[in-house]
Amino acid sequence: MDKNISFKLRYWRQNGPKDKGHFDEREMKDIPGDTSFLEMLDILNEELVSEGKEPFVFDHDCREGICGMCSLYINGTPHGKTERGATTCQLYMRKFKDGDTITVEPWRSAGFPVIKDCMVDRTAFDKIIQAGGYVTARTGQPQDANAILIPKQDADEAMDCASCIGCGACVAACKNGSAMLFVSSKVSQLALLPQGRPEAARRAKAMVAKMDELGFGNCTNTRACEAVCPKCESIANIARLNREFIAAKLND
Amino acid sequence: MATLDSKIPAGPVAEKWTNYKAHQKLVNPANKRRLDVIVVGTGLAGASAAASLGEMGFRVFNFCIQDSPRRAHSIAAQGGINAAKNYQNDGDSVYRLFYDTVKGGDYRAREANVYRLAEVSNSIIDQCVAQGVPFAREYGGMLANRSFGGAQVSRTFYAKGQTGQQLLLGAYSALSCQVNAGTVKLYTRYEMMDLVIVDGRARGIIARNLVTGKLERFAAHAVVIATGGYGNAYFLSTNAMGCNCSAAMQCYRKGAYFANPAYVQIHPTCIPVHGDKQSKLTLMSESLRNDGRIWVPKKKEDALKLQKGEIQGSDIPEEDRDYYLERRYPAFGNLVPRDVASRAAKERCDAGMGVNNTGLAVFLDFSESINRLGIDIVLQRYGNLFDMYEEITDVNPGELAKEINGVKYYHPMMIYPAIHYTMGGIWVDYELQTTVKGLFAIGECNFSDHGANRLGASALMQGLADGYFVLPYTIQNYLADQITVPRFSTELPEFAEAEKNVQDLINRLMNIKGKKSVDSIHKELGHVMWEYVGMGRTEEGLKIGLQKLKEIRKDFENNLFIPGTTEGVNIELEKALRLNDFITMGELIAYDALNRNESCGGHFREEYQTEEGEAKRDDENFFYVACWEYQGSDDKAPVLYKEPLVYEAIKVQTRNYKS
Amino acid sequence: MWLCNSSIGRKVVMSVTGLALILFLTFHGSMNLVALFSKEGYNMICEFLGANWYAVAATLALAGLAVLHILYAFWLTLQNYRARGKDRYAVTDTPKKVEWASQNMLALGVVIVLGLALHLFNFWYNMMFAELIHQPMMGGIHAADGYGYIAQTFSNPVYVVLYVIWLLALWFHLTHGFWSAIQTLGWNGKVWFNRWHIISVVYSTVLVLMFLVVVAKFALCGAC
Repeated sequence: MDKNISFKLRYWRQNGPKDKGHFDEREMKDIPGDTSFLEMLDILNEELVSEGKEPFVFDHDCREGICGMCSLYINGTPHGKTERGATTCQLYMRKFKDGDTITVEPWRSAGFPVIKDCMVDRTAFDKIIQAGGYVTARTGQPQDANAILIPKQDADEAMDCASCIGCGACVAACKNGSAMLFVSSKVSQLALLPQGRPEAARRAKAMVAKMDELGFGNCTNTRACEAVCPKCESIANIARLNREFIAAKLND
Repeated sequence: MATLDSKIPAGPVAEKWTNYKAHQKLVNPANKRRLDVIVVGTGLAGASAAASLGEMGFRVFNFCIQDSPRRAHSIAAQGGINAAKNYQNDGDSVYRLFYDTVKGGDYRAREANVYRLAEVSNSIIDQCVAQGVPFAREYGGMLANRSFGGAQVSRTFYAKGQTGQQLLLGAYSALSCQVNAGTVKLYTRYEMMDLVIVDGRARGIIARNLVTGKLERFAAHAVVIATGGYGNAYFLSTNAMGCNCSAAMQCYRKGAYFANPAYVQIHPTCIPVHGDKQSKLTLMSESLRNDGRIWVPKKKEDALKLQKGEIQGSDIPEEDRDYYLERRYPAFGNLVPRDVASRAAKERCDAGMGVNNTGLAVFLDFSESINRLGIDIVLQRYGNLFDMYEEITDVNPGELAKEINGVKYYHPMMIYPAIHYTMGGIWVDYELQTTVKGLFAIGECNFSDHGANRLGASALMQGLADGYFVLPYTIQNYLADQITVPRFSTELPEFAEAEKNVQDLINRLMNIKGKKSVDSIHKELGHVMWEYVGMGRTEEGLKIGLQKLKEIRKDFENNLFIPGTTEGVNIELEKALRLNDFITMGELIAYDALNRNESCGGHFREEYQTEEGEAKRDDENFFYVACWEYQGSDDKAPVLYKEPLVYEAIKVQTRNYKS
Repeated sequence: MWLCNSSIGRKVVMSVTGLALILFLTFHGSMNLVALFSKEGYNMICEFLGANWYAVAATLALAGLAVLHILYAFWLTLQNYRARGKDRYAVTDTPKKVEWASQNMLALGVVIVLGLALHLFNFWYNMMFAELIHQPMMGGIHAADGYGYIAQTFSNPVYVVLYVIWLLALWFHLTHGFWSAIQTLGWNGKVWFNRWHIISVVYSTVLVLMFLVVVAKFALCGAC
């Protein structure tokens, strides 16, 4: 059985994008180790509400590590530190020690303005996908699924790239506020599959152009993104995006 | 009352859909541009419908409560999607998929809808592959399949343990393509607050911008809701925190009938509850049952020691383990449908054989398959699920625990059933139209295809079938005579009134200023629902449950406290509005469960069981869809109407997974 | 033009100029090694690379590359600074994977530029520049006597320390810069990642050592 722990929680409060923002502090008492980080925040919010205060706002939804909604920067690491990739909702309090100070901040990047407290606006990611992160395939009667043979290795690699949950941890961790890991994962998934090849050049150009337009930074290959990615996306994807993009531009 | 015309086309079941499509009315391209459709929800059904409608040329407004369409809870489906491709040459066919789904649904689904579902299932796989969904492949480059509960063939397509994610991202990409093309306008962080009806037809919605807190009006020629199920009425479920039934309840209050609310699926393989601070249950994919064996100790004293934490599962040798599913259901073994597996787990735990400290858990063990296949193959299949389990519980099911008499035992997982999916939903006809004209319901939020129980890997199939291949056709049959109707103004009095009602409700809730938080009341609701309207229901329990639900409603009305204001983000207000609907939903489930004096699928009434503890159906008296009509107030009991079920292609029998 | 107005294009400019500069360093380093063995040999090279038209043209091209590399570096850094937004994290915990050099390329670059200025002042100014303005004895030693300048410069311990710091900064800059350039040009993947990484560390080390031995030799035993 996990032990209960007590710790000091510092959490970011910010009332809208223009507000300056500040940390609030609270002593959290006797939190069971098998409580997830978000459940701990639920406990915090129960306490706040019972005191008549406004709850701490943060994004969360599936709590299974797949929806990509949760977005907390915990003790200096997006989603908090775990041995293998995990989202905030998969972080358990047993990872912390009694007497710790836990600091919770929002994703901080010009591309992700704060809406309230630790809830940020990530519609920029949607806009990048809308610019070209798809295979144009009309609903209806495409050819039989097995008519396209895809080597297992390629399918598996495409699947790894496709695992990206669009949480934005890569941008949050990047000292350049670059969205390259996100963009390259989608470009890679579709570049690896024969279905995606016809539009590959157009896609790489359109998505990079949109990414730049939205104010994300230039990648300097620090690998911080890959280190914090909850789905362990690799910067090999970024190399592939560079390749696709440069080839596309040289063919223009 | 509205008429319950299911509009099932004439002819043999295999030809109905073809005939329908051949004879339905269509809208020409020039007119499509003049017709607006609101789609609420961006899950598999919502996103695929919005994308397909946009692509056809309609002007679509698509809403979701999350920050992006890609967050919809379809994303969390792990196992796979069924299709009758027969790629494995194991004798699969459209008919067999249809038959399995009807049988799995305990003969309570509408036959024609299920056949259509099976029929379009193959196109879904083709469509998804064309979109670049990276399904698992064999070395030759062809698609791989796995088997799933309730079927004797391998027909499930999968993408690692993230099939839902990949399918949703496929639909999301199709949607994004249309947003880029300008045919779909996306509204994220918007929540539907009410349905607007003009002259008896659904003509728009009132939605709340969750960032600014403002109410906004949207008009269209038709409204499609694709807002998922109502599992969160039980507080603890495998649904996402944001999943709610508010859109469905708004439609119900505006005259759409609600069908079969009692059919709630309890998933057998979830991680057991660990404490009262828990806010959500985590599902372990059903695919684990392919190679995992479910057991409890044979001896009571072993179970007691497990409950006290004195021994571990791996300390119990093979001969003292009771593989109760294999024992009771030799033909299907660990792959019996979900409802059967869940009830069997409950039966063992009720008999005192539970294996964790609360006595509410059974083991799922991989020792045998690891010894047979090797750890590498097992990890290749389930590695990410094992990781996920370890992350949550600190136990690694792939780790050798001990050797007894030369047999290697690995740490078993602990699992227990939890609320997972709701088969009931808004009543729809064959065209997926509700009893309100111009209002359509697709995906989990309608009732039609799964009967009393859903088979694994069928939810994804249904969501995409509705969104890609059914609704985009059937809605045209309705819209064809709307082409002369000009766009609506949101200044119409109906919109003003609907908005005022919503504003009044919000003001009323904000001004209760009681002492209780939304979650604390929701937890009480969950306890009552699980206790009295849960896995094993009785007439007496349901009556008590209904009484307690009334008390909870009163508590909610008098003691609720919402901090903050209506301006800007107010998460407590959002939850309160949803809870208001969950309470109504809870009552509806209880009413239906009380009415249905039989056991079938996900609905188990303890009075109606065989001597062996199997569900006992009553086809003579309950061979119908129970449709409930709202009576103008949450305090009044809803009124029941019946849509009789007609089976032409399938002989109704008792479900048998034993031989 | 995509080399200016797209993020990857700008990075391509950084990579190509960076790789070209590495190539230059390789030549320069190889040339320096000659000074370890033969004064005459070294001075012959200096003579050859004196104020001849091809040497001047190559120097100008090299200067162009360096200026482009530096200007782009500031431009990219400014953009990246803006992209991070106005708020900074209160607590940061850099992951182990992230190398110190990769996060401090601009600072390292500035050290390198300062070192370069010193280097130009010590050598280029007295050698090529002196010849260009036809004052071959400007630095006290003949402009073509590169060997003499090496001996003179490194007889001063202050210069030795400054040059060692400079070369260290160069090493850090190159260990990241080399594979990063390859990555940016897209010649990388899961398999090649580690290979390129090792290649770039080994190459940078050898390169910097080539310069360091010369410094060390002249610092320790002058022109012996």
